[in-house]
Amino acid sequence: MREIVIGMGSCGLAAGGQKVYQRFEELLGSGDHGASLKKTGCIGMCHAEVLVEVREEGTESVFYGNVTPEKADAIFESHVKNGKIAAEFVFDAAASGAQQKRIVLRNSGVIDPDNLDEYLARQGYKALEKALTSMTREEVVATVADAGLRGRGGAGFPTGTKWKFAAGYRDEHKYIICNADEGDPGAFMDRSVLESDPHSVLEGMAIAAYAIGADAGYIYVRAEYPEAIKHLKHAIAEATARGFLGDDIFGKGFKFNIRLKEGAGAFVCGEETALIASIEGKRGMPRVRPPFPVESGLWGHPTCINNVETLANVAWIILNGAAAFKALGTEGSKGTKVFALAGKIKNGGLVEVPMGMTLNDVIYKIGGGTTLGGPFKAVQMGGPSGGCIPASLGETPVDYEQITATGAIMGSGGMVVMDETTCMVDVARFFLSFTQNESCGKCTFCRIGTKRMLEILQRICEGKGKEEDIGLLRELGEQIKSSSLCGLGQSAPNPVLTTLRYFMDEYTAHIHDKKCPAKSCLALVEFAIDAGKCIGCGLCLSSCAVGAITGEKKKPHAIDAGKCVRCGKCMTVCNVNAIEKR
Amino acid sequence: MIQESGQPAPAAFEKMLWQYRGEPGMIIPLLQAAQESYGYVPPAAIERIASVTGTPEAEICGVITFYKQFRLKPLGKHVIRLCKGTACHVVGAETVGQVIEDELKVVPDETTEDGIFTYMVVACLGCCSLAPAMMIDEQTYGRLTPQTIRKLLRQYRRDAQKM
Repeated sequence: MREIVIGMGSCGLAAGGQKVYQRFEELLGSGDHGASLKKTGCIGMCHAEVLVEVREEGTESVFYGNVTPEKADAIFESHVKNGKIAAEFVFDAAASGAQQKRIVLRNSGVIDPDNLDEYLARQGYKALEKALTSMTREEVVATVADAGLRGRGGAGFPTGTKWKFAAGYRDEHKYIICNADEGDPGAFMDRSVLESDPHSVLEGMAIAAYAIGADAGYIYVRAEYPEAIKHLKHAIAEATARGFLGDDIFGKGFKFNIRLKEGAGAFVCGEETALIASIEGKRGMPRVRPPFPVESGLWGHPTCINNVETLANVAWIILNGAAAFKALGTEGSKGTKVFALAGKIKNGGLVEVPMGMTLNDVIYKIGGGTTLGGPFKAVQMGGPSGGCIPASLGETPVDYEQITATGAIMGSGGMVVMDETTCMVDVARFFLSFTQNESCGKCTFCRIGTKRMLEILQRICEGKGKEEDIGLLRELGEQIKSSSLCGLGQSAPNPVLTTLRYFMDEYTAHIHDKKCPAKSCLALVEFAIDAGKCIGCGLCLSSCAVGAITGEKKKPHAIDAGKCVRCGKCMTVCNVNAIEKR
Repeated sequence: MIQESGQPAPAAFEKMLWQYRGEPGMIIPLLQAAQESYGYVPPAAIERIASVTGTPEAEICGVITFYKQFRLKPLGKHVIRLCKGTACHVVGAETVGQVIEDELKVVPDETTEDGIFTYMVVACLGCCSLAPAMMIDEQTYGRLTPQTIRKLLRQYRRDAQKM
């Protein structure tokens, strides 16, 4: 009996997973081939989507990458029908898989997320049963604390400590909130977990609820994640129907229900107090802490907020014990971390590595190096709150303290790789324009300071930077960090401050020499036509708004640098890539 | 379907208003229902939510304008969501946006004159390995080049005009 498994997470769907699934359905419908078809979530190798896995008992699974409906025909004909592996489409999954350690992603890409029985078959809800039937609340908290689990949302606060605080307050209602408002651009770990293994998060929430004595839970999920919402709704309904959630779980009189709240699009709502305000139906603005949410949170009741990835670790820790979790990682950072590898990387996707692995190993051994094969220039970690770590610090291990020491942060797990074609000043400008846009406007320095910093960076990218700009950026950065209420403002200058620290030469090149070393800032490059490639079609000539391009039909054209306003339009219309930046 | 304000509220939104029992924190779900039903949040929906929940209209408007999801204007036939997340940015989302703006003659958050496209820029679609990416309605398109975008947009426009 062969099983055809198709990755249908967001990446798989975007790459055309639905069409491939339909094709296999049609092929299987044509007769009895002794094979079945199954959907699964994210397998993690997004660069090779659509991924199709053919499983057969007693043999190693075979992965096929970049599958199209046409390739599906070939795979079906040779492998499914005749048992002969279609070697030309095989994707080698073992190379990157061997370096990984899957705890959070233990079921991702393995089970059908919409089928509770498949989760149960892989020890699903066993941890909840163990906690409810054989452990006291204190023991659960102690186990998680002993395991050294820290918040995976970015700040790395010890989860056991948070639970202990929340458990310590007495109230008629307490809440557990799962923070699934994954807003960092370039990060999609939480989305994948929710899409591929929603029950692991529900189980983690139920265990957390038992530990702190909560009776209700909320999952605050981005409305931009329609697939995740769909799977979560289904999972909550299934778990409730089978008694894993509800008023009397495992007959122990433990009551816990989960409600789903869709966010409405505000990055700042990832901050605890803003998230609570948003669930309460208000404008999602952070407030002063203390009181911390564990004391007075949602509607004034003690509330414990944990990130998706944090919660997905919990069931594993309860089942396997604190010692097994502690055995992985470094002194201060235990367990594993999931990263979303993206940018100029060969094998982009989702990876889970033990803490303590070096950045170089993540990028080269798992990610396969950069797209163009050259060395990477920097890796951006932590999104808009993080920073750019240069290649010279590539031996830095994945560890909360050591990453923080570089000026970046561990963050939620976005890891964007950059090579020599990425301008670091432009990257800083990009992140600042994001945070500036997302600032809720409550604190003056965050609201106006980021605006001023953005103006300065824009000016530098346009070649109008001034000598004193560097000092001004530093001064503003420090002030914004120290005068903002929440994490958004406190970390907003990080991308600028880290690039100033490691890539000062690029800033000076922009300001003094009016050059962009990465040839990325349009105002600072010169456009020219490669006469060898130009076919004289005239497309660029007619697209140029200022008449800077001249040339006869069917003969190489030329650009008059004096007239050119560097809009880049010609480059986008050329069909033979004859226009280059110098 | 887009309905102008003043007309009766669509059933799904009205049902949710009827089900409201004074539970806290319902303003955002009600607004989401209104937008789901109308395609945007029309003034009539704001009035209805205000009268049913007893929340001042000004407060509801405050919530609407705080969150990016809510729109006060109707949408075009097709909605383009261009991703300008980090991964897309480093592989040329800026150029992609320029091509869309040139092709459709709109800036972000505008609808084309013929009402076919509404163009929006979003922070991250989460399919970073397909960068640069965009969504047209519910369909995601990845690894975009100026050529493929023009082809796509023209195809959508031709199909829309045929109907």
